[in-house]
Parts: sequence; structure tokens; C-alpha cells
Amino acid sequence: MVTLVVKRIGFMIFTMIVVSLILFLLLETKLTGDPATRVLGQFSNEEQREIWREQHGYNQPVALRYVKWLGNFATGELGESIRFKGPVADVMFPRLWNTAILGFVTFAIMIPLSLTLGVLSGMKEGSMLDRTISVFGIITTSVPEFASAVMFSALFVFSLKWLPGTSSMSGGFEFKQLILPAMVLIVYDFGYVARMTRASMAEVMTSQYIRTAVLKGLPYRSVIVKHALRNALIAPFTVIMLQINWLLSGVIVVEFFFAYKGFGALILEASLNNDIALLEACAMVAVCVAVTTQTIADIGYTFLNPRIRFS
Amino acid sequence: MLITTSTTEMPTAGYGAALLRGLKSFALLRESWVGMVGTALVLFWVLVAVFAPWLAPFDPNSSIQPFAKPGVEAVKVGGTFWLGTDHIGRDILSRIVWGSRTVLIYAPLATLCAYTVGILMGLAAGYRGGWVDDILSRIADIILSFPVLVLYIIIIATIGASGINIIIAITFASSPGIMRIVRGLTLDLRNRDYVAAAQTRGESDWRVMLVEILPNARGPLIVDACLRLGYVIITIGVLGFLGLGLPPPDPDWGGMVNETRQMAMAFPHMTLFPCIAISTLILGFNLLADGLREISLRD
Repeated sequence: MVTLVVKRIGFMIFTMIVVSLILFLLLETKLTGDPATRVLGQFSNEEQREIWREQHGYNQPVALRYVKWLGNFATGELGESIRFKGPVADVMFPRLWNTAILGFVTFAIMIPLSLTLGVLSGMKEGSMLDRTISVFGIITTSVPEFASAVMFSALFVFSLKWLPGTSSMSGGFEFKQLILPAMVLIVYDFGYVARMTRASMAEVMTSQYIRTAVLKGLPYRSVIVKHALRNALIAPFTVIMLQINWLLSGVIVVEFFFAYKGFGALILEASLNNDIALLEACAMVAVCVAVTTQTIADIGYTFLNPRIRFS
Repeated sequence: MLITTSTTEMPTAGYGAALLRGLKSFALLRESWVGMVGTALVLFWVLVAVFAPWLAPFDPNSSIQPFAKPGVEAVKVGGTFWLGTDHIGRDILSRIVWGSRTVLIYAPLATLCAYTVGILMGLAAGYRGGWVDDILSRIADIILSFPVLVLYIIIIATIGASGINIIIAITFASSPGIMRIVRGLTLDLRNRDYVAAAQTRGESDWRVMLVEILPNARGPLIVDACLRLGYVIITIGVLGFLGLGLPPPDPDWGGMVNETRQMAMAFPHMTLFPCIAISTLILGFNLLADGLREISLRD
């Protein structure tokens, strides 16, 4: 157990370092185009670019620059955003908080919903209910986030006029504005989680000990609640943790569509405006969150599964 | 029949027989209504893409009459805008029809590239094992640890948005996932008797991998390819929607939504129809994949 945790955390740090190297090579070196041109625009002249390079230390050797850059990152020195004319940290952290709120609301509804549907369909594999839930899940997963955003807007904003069409929160925080973004995220993702839960539940239901429980005459209800669920919900734990990685992609589309001032919209804005420092910081944070949740998922799975824990 | 990994027959039955078996398993789709609906949806869009020049009532890129609602008559040129026009006056139906070509060219091409890279990496990692496996698996782990859209945004931001670059980005981001599947299948298949027989005959490693192992791993790969194709269509759509997709003016469903989404409150038809188009195509591939999986589990 301890070896596993150490190993996983070691790999996590290794991944972060490799990712930082990839980001550095892609965005800060001439491998994919001159960074000076990227920042100053293609209409800048060579003289201006040279001054910029000198000012920002781009004429030093690449290896030295990478070490400095990484050191700055590790100490929280994230640089200046060109787009927002201020320190990257000041822009990024409030945005990250907003996305955390959106993510929390999304997960708070999606997890109970998809687990319930998954367990219901896994209880009796191949039943009418199972087929209905599975086809419904396929349909909702087939609609990309931007398309369901358009469809929900057309319905709830344009036709019924129930909800606001943008979520910029310009007049302070308003829960009503969170409903549509969260709904889009939930609808796209619950089908996948439900499907995974169903597979896990269906597998448990065919196991020996469930058959024993049924044969010894336990009420069906207590077979499910006391015996099946405990094992069936181990696998979905990992799946749900990994959905945080997916959520970081999903929020980009949804926040862009609804003009929600979150982290996803910020990454996109940074990339569209060639705000290199901001893009690097956002990408590092995104990968960091993703890798951390993967590590927690792995360790948590081992911890929850007694077959691995005690072996 | 689809998952032939479990059958014991020799894989040297010849291409004619293989083709026949493929057709038979396709005929089995008739038994799954989900698979049938999926096939119908995919076939519909393929036909639309093939016959685009005859189906589209107007030129997709010419500005005819702006802000026309669905069903409005075209005053100057004659004919009807069945799905309306956009803010520049381009006929939406024609753009959707031509847009099906864009997506049905780029998505399969990108999936094919990703599969080529993924299969080669997966076969090498699974068959050779050892340090080859270690290195390839670590690379895959690192790429897969990125939130996928963040990866696309970084790649497109550095190499620029164009058709080729989208294919490169998709290949880069999805081949590790394919590699993992192929690696798993190869690990299972490499200990089979027919592989040992081929090794005894003195066949080269790559010949064993490509001729003996790969054809027997095709069942799960076909199902995965269908799902992945749907996912690649989503990706191309999302990139278009975020303004990172194919450069204008050629019609691209995601791009159409991006261009008109500011007007969605007043003219919902501009964004709604491209969304329905892309959703039905993806649904087609997902249902097809589900039908294929159902059949492969049956026998």
C-alpha cells in the first residue's frame, strides 16, 4: 500500500515535469515559431522583437531558461498576463474558483443521478428499463456540449423564457445563471457514468455471493442494498474521479457559450490572444488538477477494494 | 463472430473468406434495432455527402438574402430557403449539406491516422514487452493525463488551425488510447498457438504482429473505431465552435454555430439546424457501435 502511494506520487511528479518540458518546448522555444512574433504579433519588426527578447531574457541558452522558468513556476511566480495587463495569479485564481462552483453544482447533481440510473439498469441486465436507460444514455452522450447548449437555450431561453441566456454574473452571483451551464454538462456526461456503474453492478449481480444471498431467501431489497451496492460502487468511484479530467474540457465549451467567467473560458481566451504566460499557467494548473485526481482515483480504488488492500 | 479473438480457427483462411465473414456479421446487425437505426443515420449522412452537389439548392458560400427565416421564398433567385439563411445570407440547408462532406472527410481520415499510429505502437508495446512497452506506455500515460480539450487548444495554438493540423492534433491526442486497447489485446493473443507456429516458421516480428495478431484483434477494435469516430466528430465540431477549426468560408457544422451564436436569441434557426445535423451523425455512429457490441457479445 505504502509502496503504491509513493510510486503513484512519484509518477505524478514525473508527469508534471515532462508536461512542463513539453509546454516549454512548444510555447517558449523556436520549435513551433518565434515566441517574440507570437507575443508581439506578425506585424512587429525585427528590432522590436530583439528588444523584447533582450528584456525577457530570451537570448539566454534554452536549458538555463527552462530551469529558471520551472523555478518561477514552483515558487508561484507565474508572470504577467498580456491580455489582462496584470499578474497571472490575480486573473487565474478567481476564475478557478468560479469553475469550482460550477463543477461542484454539476457533480452534486450528476453523481446521484447517474449512480441511481446505473444501479437500476445493472440490477436486471437486459430488462426493458435497462435498455431504455442505455439508449437514453447513448442519445444524450451523442449530443456535443455546444449543441445541447444551443438546444437548451432555444427551449428555455428563447421559447419558454424561463432562464437567462448568459451566465456572466455581471450583477453579482445569481444561482439561476448556473442552471443552464450545469445542465449541459450533466446531460453530456451522466450517460457515461451510468454506463460504467451499470457494467460494475451487472458484474456483481452475477457473482456467487449474490446468488447465495438470493437463494438463502433474503429479501431482494436487502440483497441489493446490503450486499451488491458496496462492491458495485467501487469501480464508479474511479470513473467519477476521472470525470474531473473530462470536466476541465467540458467547461471550456460551456463557459465560452454562456460567457461564464471561469477557468475554461480563460484558457481559450489565453490561447486565442496568444497570452503565453497565462496559457502556460492555466495548462499547468489543468494538468496538475487532472493528474492529482488520477492519483487519488488510483490510490482510492486500491484502498476501497479489500481484495487489493489485504493482499 | 465479431470477436474472433475467442475462436480457435486458423487465421489463414484467405481474404475471400474473411470478407464473407465480415459481411455475415454485418448482416447480423439486422437483429439489433439499435444497430439498424445507427446504420440508417450514418448511411443517410454518407449519401448526403456523396450527392451534395445535387442536393444543395444553393451555393453554400454565396450571400443571397440575409436573416431569412425557415421556409421563406428566395426573392431574387427563386426557390425556398427551407432552413432559412444566416447573417451573411447564405442558405443554411446548402451549408449543412456541404458541411457533411467536410466532417465525413476529416473525421474518418483523422481516425484512420490515429488508428495507424495507435495500432503500431500497441502491437510493438504488447508483442515486444520490456523496455519498448515501458517507454510507449509512459508516453501514453502522460498524453492521456492532459484534459483532452486543453491539449487540443495548446496544439492548435502553437501549430495553427488548418485541416492538416486538426488531423495531426487528433492523431496525437487519441492514438495513446488506441494503443492501450491494442496492447491489451496483443498481450492476450501473443501466447496463442498460431502465433507460436508463425514464430517457428521463422516469420519476422512485424509479419507476426500485422498478419497473425492484428486480424484476430479486429472485433473489439471495430466497435472502438465506431465510438471513436463519433468522438472525433464531436472534437472537430467543438474545435469549429471554439473558433479553432477549419478556416472559413467553407461550411463546417461547428463553425456555423460559432459564427451565428451571437444571434441565437433572435434567430435560433441559424444555430439549431447545424447542431441537429452533427448530433444525428454522432448518434448514428454511437448506436452502430452499440449494435455491433451487442452482436459480438451474443455469440
